[in-house]
Amino acid sequence: MAVAATTETGARPARAGRRLSVPSWAGTVPFFAYVTVFLLWPTAIVVVDSLKNPSGSWAFANITKLADPLVRGYFIGSVKLCLLSSVFGAVFGAILAYAVAIGNPDGLIRRLYIAVSGVLAQFGGVTLAFAFLVLIGPVGLLFHASWFYSFPWGITVIYTYFQIPLMVLVFLPAIDGVKVQWREASENLGASAWQYWRYVGGPLLTPAFLGGALLLFANALSAYATAVAWEDQIAYIVPQQIGIALSSEVGLSNVNVADLLALGMIIMMAVVMTGYALLQRRAARWLR
Amino acid sequence: MRSSYRLALAGVVAASLLAAGCSSSGSSSSGGTNWATQTSASAGGGLTALVAAAKQEGTLNVIALPPTWANYGAIISAFTAKYGIKINSALPDGSSQQEVDAVKSENGTAKAPDVLDVGMAVALANTSLFAPYKVATWGAIPSAQKDPDAKWYQDYGGYMAIGYSSKFGTITSLNQLLDPKFHNAVALNGNPTSANAALNGVMMANLAVGGTPDSISKGVDFFSQLKKAGNFSPVQATGATIKAGTTPVVFNWDYLNLPSYVGVSNWKVFIPPHAILGGYYAQAINKNAPHPAAARLWEEFLYSQAAVGGQNLWLKGGARPVQQAAMTSNGSINQSAAALLPTVSGSPTFLSAAQSTDAANYLAANWAKAVG
Repeated sequence: MAVAATTETGARPARAGRRLSVPSWAGTVPFFAYVTVFLLWPTAIVVVDSLKNPSGSWAFANITKLADPLVRGYFIGSVKLCLLSSVFGAVFGAILAYAVAIGNPDGLIRRLYIAVSGVLAQFGGVTLAFAFLVLIGPVGLLFHASWFYSFPWGITVIYTYFQIPLMVLVFLPAIDGVKVQWREASENLGASAWQYWRYVGGPLLTPAFLGGALLLFANALSAYATAVAWEDQIAYIVPQQIGIALSSEVGLSNVNVADLLALGMIIMMAVVMTGYALLQRRAARWLR
Repeated sequence: MRSSYRLALAGVVAASLLAAGCSSSGSSSSGGTNWATQTSASAGGGLTALVAAAKQEGTLNVIALPPTWANYGAIISAFTAKYGIKINSALPDGSSQQEVDAVKSENGTAKAPDVLDVGMAVALANTSLFAPYKVATWGAIPSAQKDPDAKWYQDYGGYMAIGYSSKFGTITSLNQLLDPKFHNAVALNGNPTSANAALNGVMMANLAVGGTPDSISKGVDFFSQLKKAGNFSPVQATGATIKAGTTPVVFNWDYLNLPSYVGVSNWKVFIPPHAILGGYYAQAINKNAPHPAAARLWEEFLYSQAAVGGQNLWLKGGARPVQQAAMTSNGSINQSAAALLPTVSGSPTFLSAAQSTDAANYLAANWAKAVG
C-alpha cells in the first residue's frame, strides 16, 4: 500500500502534496458496498441454494430441472410476454415521445405528458390489473374482451399500459438530442423524409431505442404482482411459478426450486444482455 | 465503598432481570410451573393456575388470522375481554406456510407466534415445531381429527361447496356447470397447486363425477372440459369479485361460501351428493412460544364448549367446529347457528396425507396443461 502511494505521488508530484491521501476509488465504495449487499450477495445466495436440496446438501443435478418441459413452459411464457409487451411498449412509446418532442419544448402539453408518464410508468400491481378487469374483464364496464384471459394477449395489454410511459421517459431525451439543424441540412441537400430517417434520424436513435426496449424487457420480466392480480389459477410465467414454489400450502413449496427458477431468470437476462450488447455495438458502429 | 457495592448489586439484579426477561420463552414461572412443558392444564395445576400464569404474561401472539375468517375477529375480542390478555395479530392474511416460516425466522424473539392455525399439509410437515398439549375437551375431538401425540388437533372446517348466484336457478348436478349460460362464470379460490381450498375444489369435482380420493385426474378432466366450454374463470374468487358479479359461481369451503359470509343475498350453496369433502384446519402451539401459558389458555378457550367459547364462536362464523357432533349430543351447540349451515347427507370424505400429496403432485404436472 505504501509503495503504491509513493509511486502515485512520484508520478504526479504536483497534485499529490496538497491533497488528503484518499485513494481515487474511495468515492465508489458506497456504491459497490450497496451493490454487494443488495445485488451480488442475494444473487450468490440464489445460485448456491438453487444447487442444493431442501436438506442443505449439494444437488448439482437440480440444474437439469430447467430443461423439464413444464419449467421450460414458464420460461417460454415469460419470453413471449416480455417480447410482446416490450416491442409494443417501445414502438408506441417512441412514437409518443417523438410527438411530444416536436411540440413546444416549454409547452403545457409536454410538461403534462412527462408528468403523466412519470406516474403511469409506476402504475402496476393489483390496482392496474383490477382497473382492466373492471373495464374489459368478463363483466367489463366498457366491453368484454374475449381475449382478456388468453395468454399472452390479456396480460400483454395490461403490461403495455405501464411500458409505454416508461419508454416515453427514457426515449424523450434521445429525441431531444437530435438537432433540428440536421434535418434542415439533409433537406437542403435534397433528402426525402424517408432518406432522412433511413440515413440520419434512424441510425442516431437506434442505440437509444434498443436500450429502451431492453429496459422494458427487464421491467416486464421481473413484474409479479400485476400478473398474479390478473389471474392466479394458472401459472404462465416464471415469477408466478416462483410464487407458488415459495408459498404453496399443498406441499409443493420448495425454496430451492424457487431459487433455481430465479437462476434461470438471471441466465435469461444474461443472454438478453449479451444479445443487446452485440446489437448495440452494430447499431452504434457509425459512432466510432 | 458502600455506594459502589450497592451499584454493583443493582447491576447484578438488573442483569438477572434482563436475563429472566430474555429467557421468558424457556420458563414462564407462576407458582413454579413451567407451562412450556405442560401437556394439559390439569398437569400444570389446573385451569385457574393457567389463567393466572397467562395473565402474568399478558400478551399472546397470533398469526394469519383474518378477522373476517371463521369469526376470528369476534374470537380475538372475546378472549381479550374474558382474560384481559392483549393479542398481537400478525400478518392477518398470511398463509399456513408463512405461519411456519415466521415460527422459524422469529424463533427465540418475543414476537414469534405462540399459536398456529394451519392447513393439514403444513401441520403434518412441521410437527417438530409444535409442543404437545391436550385441551380439557380433548375427548370430544373425533380421533381421526387429532394427532395421537397431541402435536396438532383439528379445530374447525367445513365441506367443499359450490356457491352460486341465484340468477342461474338451482344447481342440482355438477355437470350443469358445463351449460353455456355459465360462460366465464366458474371460479376456484386460488391455484390448486398452491392453495389448499382450490386443490379441494378440484378434488370435490373429482368425487362428484365418480373419481376416488386416490386419484384427482377426473377432477382435472372436469375443469379441462369447463375450460373448453369457456365457463372456467381464472379470476381468484374473493368477496369483492363475488359482490362485483365477476365470479358468480365459486368452489370454496361452505363456511366461506354462505350468503351471510359473502354478503350477497341472492347466493345459494350446493354440495353435490357423494362429494362431501371435509377440510379442517388444525391448531398447534409453537414449542418455543414466547408466551407458553397464554398459548395454552388460548387453546382451552378455542376448544371451550361454552356459549361464548371458541367452538360456538366458530360456528357463528359459519365454520363447523370439530366438536360439533359431541356438542350436538350434549346440547351445548348453538342451535340457530348450526341451522344456517348447508345440510348434507352421507358421511364426509377426509383426504389422508398421502392422498393430498398425490393430488398435489398430479396437479403440479397436469393442471396448467388442462386449463392453460
